[in-house]
Amino acid sequence: MSRPNVITVLASGILTAAVAVAVFGNVFTPHLVTDQALLSRLQPPAFMEGGSAEFPLGTDRIGRDMVARLVAGLQMSLSVALAGTLIGAIFGTFVGFLAAHFRGLTEEILMMFVDFQASLPFILIALTLLAFFGNSMVLFVILMGMFGWETYARLARGVVLSARAQPYARAVEALGAGPGRLYLRHILPNVASALIVQVTLTFPQIILLETSLSFLGLGIQPPNTSLGQILGDGRDYLSTAWWISVWPGLLIFLITLSMSLLGDALRDRLDPMLKTRTT
Amino acid sequence: MTEPLIDIRHLSVPLPRGADRAFAVEDLSLTLNRGEILCVVGETGSGKSLTALSLMGLLPTNLPRPQGEILFEGRDLLGLSRRDRLQLSGRRLAMVFQEPIAALNPIYRVGAQVSEVFRLHTDLKRDEIRDKVIDLFREVRLPDPEAILRAYPHQLSGGQCQRVMIATALALDPALLIADEPTTALDVTTQAQILKLMLDLRSKHGTGILFITHDFGVVAEIADRVAVMRHGKLVEIGTRDAVLNDPQADYTRQLIAAVPRLAPKTTAAVLGAPVLSAEGLTKTYKTRTMLGTGREVQALKGVDVTLRRGETLGLVGESGSGKSTLAQCVIRLVEPDGGEVVIDNGAFTGLTGSALRHARRKVQIVFQDPYTALDPRHAVGDAIAEGPIIHGLPREQAKARALELIEAVGLERSAARRFPHEFSGGQRQRICIARALAVRPDLLIADESVSALDVSVQAQILELLARMQKDLQFGLLFITHDLRVASRICDRIAVMQRGEIVEQGPAADLFAHPRNAYTRELLSAVPGRDWQDRPSQGPQP
Repeated sequence: MSRPNVITVLASGILTAAVAVAVFGNVFTPHLVTDQALLSRLQPPAFMEGGSAEFPLGTDRIGRDMVARLVAGLQMSLSVALAGTLIGAIFGTFVGFLAAHFRGLTEEILMMFVDFQASLPFILIALTLLAFFGNSMVLFVILMGMFGWETYARLARGVVLSARAQPYARAVEALGAGPGRLYLRHILPNVASALIVQVTLTFPQIILLETSLSFLGLGIQPPNTSLGQILGDGRDYLSTAWWISVWPGLLIFLITLSMSLLGDALRDRLDPMLKTRTT
Repeated sequence: MTEPLIDIRHLSVPLPRGADRAFAVEDLSLTLNRGEILCVVGETGSGKSLTALSLMGLLPTNLPRPQGEILFEGRDLLGLSRRDRLQLSGRRLAMVFQEPIAALNPIYRVGAQVSEVFRLHTDLKRDEIRDKVIDLFREVRLPDPEAILRAYPHQLSGGQCQRVMIATALALDPALLIADEPTTALDVTTQAQILKLMLDLRSKHGTGILFITHDFGVVAEIADRVAVMRHGKLVEIGTRDAVLNDPQADYTRQLIAAVPRLAPKTTAAVLGAPVLSAEGLTKTYKTRTMLGTGREVQALKGVDVTLRRGETLGLVGESGSGKSTLAQCVIRLVEPDGGEVVIDNGAFTGLTGSALRHARRKVQIVFQDPYTALDPRHAVGDAIAEGPIIHGLPREQAKARALELIEAVGLERSAARRFPHEFSGGQRQRICIARALAVRPDLLIADESVSALDVSVQAQILELLARMQKDLQFGLLFITHDLRVASRICDRIAVMQRGEIVEQGPAADLFAHPRNAYTRELLSAVPGRDWQDRPSQGPQP
């Protein structure tokens, strides 16, 4: 196996750091995310004139500590994206397996839904649903889960169909194994790599989706916060207090970029075309 | 004696660091004369294909540069510049590969691909090229050359594709033709025709042919001289008759002894109760296109098969004869359209759901390609124990049975904890056999199970199957395209052609007195038929 390259190492470092900050960040921030200090409103970061060591990255329009806000936002954004990705991956993969198992009419109907979903811009679906049902945390997470399931379904159907035609799958079938054993113990582990790569590709997309909806005010609602929401908060202060928008923007950029890079590296490593048969 | 056409001196092809040996080809020296056919014989990994590729300058780019000299028409091929090499390739040296269908580009018409050689190397005009190509197609005896010119590769058979490839190789009348297993992927009757074509071409054009093969039957048919290779080294070289009839090296003797003879086995099997009876099996494959106009292929047209315990029935036929479909229908990996299968006095067709899964214990299958037949992510012991566990044997007992079987098929007990990729093809096939036998089936189907293996390994696997059958008394349905293999193991033989069994009977009878015309054709096409037994003849001039 070749040495992992610098970019891959850097990307996984950034992601690990982001997760660590989200999980343990609260311990180190002196201020609560809800603490308001009206006397220190819009205070610039510590390294600028007028900044103070008390608020290293500055404060927002009602004097809340940006560090505490970013940690809370990061927690929310990451967990929503994670939940969304998992829901989408599991649901989509399940649909793909069903289609590949039953074939025929079932497959055609399932794949019709997939095409239907793929042919509509997702942001439109999201806006419509949020407008109709109002916003709640549960609905929002489910919405995130709906994003991208069709790609998993298509992908899973394809790889399962080809795996099922492999002699090892047929041999297991001939042994008398039921569908559960065949799909969970034999086929899933063999096709998992393709699905895992897809996860790394969807994850950044969901972060961006959450961010844009929250930026528009349709996503995470106060008092909860997310990176996108902080970004949206800073919109009116771009000329006077750029730090409110720039810090969450930078985080989003780093996380999505790292995840995509890692996904590419994973794909190169797991791609069956690059594997050679050892004779 | 004039100077040789090609003179390989101390050729070594190094392998990258970390490979299982330092050289793929080591200190190989041999010569080939004008108009001579030299067969290079060897098993998997003997370095015979890499030798051919280094002649053509087509070695994989991850290999270090080869050492030594290859003198061809006074020049060292290894020292050629890229430009000089391009001038030679296709013009003076040409190569034919094993997979004719893969060697043709599927999106271009056949005629255009053959014409390319002329476009690259000559200044001929379109019409002249066209006439040349048609002449070539005539020469390699393609039927209706005008139509084939306009055909796409998928519209041709494997044999026709190989003729097209040979035509391409001969286009500029090369001095040397390198053929790397050109008939291995073809049916035996097609193989016989291609071999005859090679002999004709040699006598007409005086082309030197370096013919790489693993099959001593093929060697007996066409070789003037034979070079035997093993682990990258030349083991023995000599005239055909000297090597075949009086081999000097032990390894050559072993190889020749392992070649299955076309001689039916004589010991009669102890036959038990009927274990398989299939009646009137039919299967039609329909291909549907976007517009709904389909094409139908009748793979099975009402086939009857019976088999008793302890008996081996050989199912022989060429590709597309329906023999694999028959196996898949018997084991119900493919649903037959009609007909009944009764296994061990219990109906097997008509079962569904858990009743079918339960009954699957009675019939097992061993596939052709041992590389894809094992789940790469399961340890060997788990793979073998899986069947018994599915059928309700407690885990501990299943593991114990797996260990017993691993020993019975000739592997170390420690193999149980290792994964399929750590084993060679022959070892994997042993594992597949152990997995199939773990559920104590009444019927075992071997679908070309030894076709992908080297001849010495093939002999071992056949012996293993026979021994296990003697111990466990299962019925064996043995599917093969190779009559020599079938003759070695089968009690009865059924010949299939176009979805029907055209003749069946005891192996000895069938080989001695074939009644059906197609059976006779198959028998006469067996390469190097009986060379082990017949008195030697001098090599053809």
